[in-house]
Amino acid sequence: MATVEVRGIVKRFGDVTAVDGVDLLTKEGEFLVLLGPSGCGKTTLLRMIAGLEEPTEGDVLIGGQVVTDLPPRVRGIAMVFQSYALYPHMTVFKNIAFPLKAQGAPKAIWKEKVTWAASMFGIETLLHRKPRELSGGERQRVALARAMVREPNVFLLDEPLSNLDAKLRASAREELQQFQRDIGTTTIYVTHDQVEAMGLGDRVAVMDEGRVRQIGTPREIYHEPADTFVAGFLGTPPMNLLEKENRTFGFRPETFLPLEVSGGHNDVEQFQFEVTWMEHLGSDRLIYGNVGARFTHRHVVAKLPANVTVPIEPGETYTFAVLRKDLKFFDRETGLRANPIPL
Amino acid sequence: MMKAVERQPKAAVLGAPTFWGHLVDSERMLAPLMIAPAILYIVALVGFPFLLAIYYSLSDATIGNLSLNFVGLRNFIAVLEDPVFRQSLKNTIIFTLVSQVLVLVLAKILALALLKDFRGKWLARFLILLPWTAPIALGTIGWMWMLDSIFSPIDWMLRQVGLLGAPGAILGTASNLYWLGIPSLAMTSVILVHTWRMLPLATVILLAGLTAIPQEILDAVEVDGAGFWRRLFQIMIPMLIPIISIAALFGVIFTFTDMVIVYVLTQGGPVHSTQVLASWAFFKGIEAGDLAQGAAIALFLFPLMACMAIFMLRLARRTEVT
Repeated sequence: MATVEVRGIVKRFGDVTAVDGVDLLTKEGEFLVLLGPSGCGKTTLLRMIAGLEEPTEGDVLIGGQVVTDLPPRVRGIAMVFQSYALYPHMTVFKNIAFPLKAQGAPKAIWKEKVTWAASMFGIETLLHRKPRELSGGERQRVALARAMVREPNVFLLDEPLSNLDAKLRASAREELQQFQRDIGTTTIYVTHDQVEAMGLGDRVAVMDEGRVRQIGTPREIYHEPADTFVAGFLGTPPMNLLEKENRTFGFRPETFLPLEVSGGHNDVEQFQFEVTWMEHLGSDRLIYGNVGARFTHRHVVAKLPANVTVPIEPGETYTFAVLRKDLKFFDRETGLRANPIPL
Repeated sequence: MMKAVERQPKAAVLGAPTFWGHLVDSERMLAPLMIAPAILYIVALVGFPFLLAIYYSLSDATIGNLSLNFVGLRNFIAVLEDPVFRQSLKNTIIFTLVSQVLVLVLAKILALALLKDFRGKWLARFLILLPWTAPIALGTIGWMWMLDSIFSPIDWMLRQVGLLGAPGAILGTASNLYWLGIPSLAMTSVILVHTWRMLPLATVILLAGLTAIPQEILDAVEVDGAGFWRRLFQIMIPMLIPIISIAALFGVIFTFTDMVIVYVLTQGGPVHSTQVLASWAFFKGIEAGDLAQGAAIALFLFPLMACMAIFMLRLARRTEVT
């Protein structure tokens, strides 16, 4: 078991800066998720930690040791790739045994180790098959077993669930988290899917344009976004952002409720909400519209749970309210969190 | 269902179908029409000569005599008893196997080198492809001078570094090696020139195969800790088997049936030491005028080639990788 640290790491491809000075330190046994839109540098960062990419500047430390110039095989890491990267011409057994062979482990222990890793993921019956004879979910388990078999200090996972269908993804997520808890190996997980990130991570590092915008628990990054990017990236739909004077302020769609529902609280901010359009999503109602003319950029969304049955019609104007504690303020120039101002 | 829906408005716009319109719309008519030129081509240029060769091989045809008499397998028996034929068969097999092994190994090395990025890569690629683009007879004539018994620049270089022509030199005290004049050296020369010629295509084919290996697989190999040789022999070559077998199949069939290099370089000599089946069939059937025996020799290639093709294609399919 080990911690992973990157210090001031930069990666440039020609004129493009993929990773722009990232500092990051995992805790021991932590499940850390790198979350961001495509092209934000999260995969490049992971590949630098793995040793598959050489950083332009900065250092990678694993277990306190600088490993920047070491090849992947001596870093004590294992990696699971988006496509799983199973060796197509080898059986599942040989796939899982390959890292052992490559490490020069004695032949006598291959079988024992492969069986152990396979049983951990319930794929003992598939050992004689070739990857092309497996389903997506089975391939993913084989890839995990192959990563597992060397008992690495650090697990690196690059969008390992993105090739699974939605239903399988949910169960795979649960299994993955359970498995990580059981073995307690430090894990870094790259994804662009915020549901995965929130569900799996002990902490989530939100990245954009090669930088870490915020690192924190899923709760923190959702409820206390450090800047407007994080606020606008997380949540479906994301935080409503409005502007007033030198501030941008925002509130989550689910905190934006009809006044009568949020009634009883005195500490609320009221808005005149002119409804333009509505979507019924089963568990929720999404209500789109504009708030009073005192704000620029005034298009907002409200998300009402199904148990809020207040009748709402497009074309009408209603009084909605947000608890003041749910309003988040950002500096309009920098996008960073700032002190509240009266609205 | 979709098709029916899409077609209706089209018919309405076009009005009553014309003859050509009807033809183009009907898959039953159009498909045979489109494939017909290919079939005609194969029948005329492959099927007909092939049947003619079988016919000749069972007759007593010669160039000067147009009346054909059926003689059964007499030509085949005569050919088999001919020591030159047996020598040619042996030479063909040696020529093919050695040159193809050399081609595959060298092509693999070149392809691996060309996969890396380096300065002047385009020039290297261009130079490697050059032998394939040059007319083969011209290239071979160039090699004839390179291997000339008196003016060979190879010999000159060997003399300059003291390997040849000096007392006690490793390659002998004679001033020349006589590349095309000594049986073993003549065979070596023919094989090397053929390798030089086949290398570019095999390199390009293997390079295409190598670039098709997904980067994530190569990354996984690296993370799993495999070194260069393990990566090469346990991952890359097995994943390339389908492509390698296509390259090998092509190379083997091409080499087996080719006579240009032998014809230009040695004419099968000295004393048939570089005679191959294709050149022997040509010399016997065309130059010596014995069409029947020439056809019989040429037909010996066919079952061998057919077996080889079936074997290689099965191999390629069995090892199919997804």
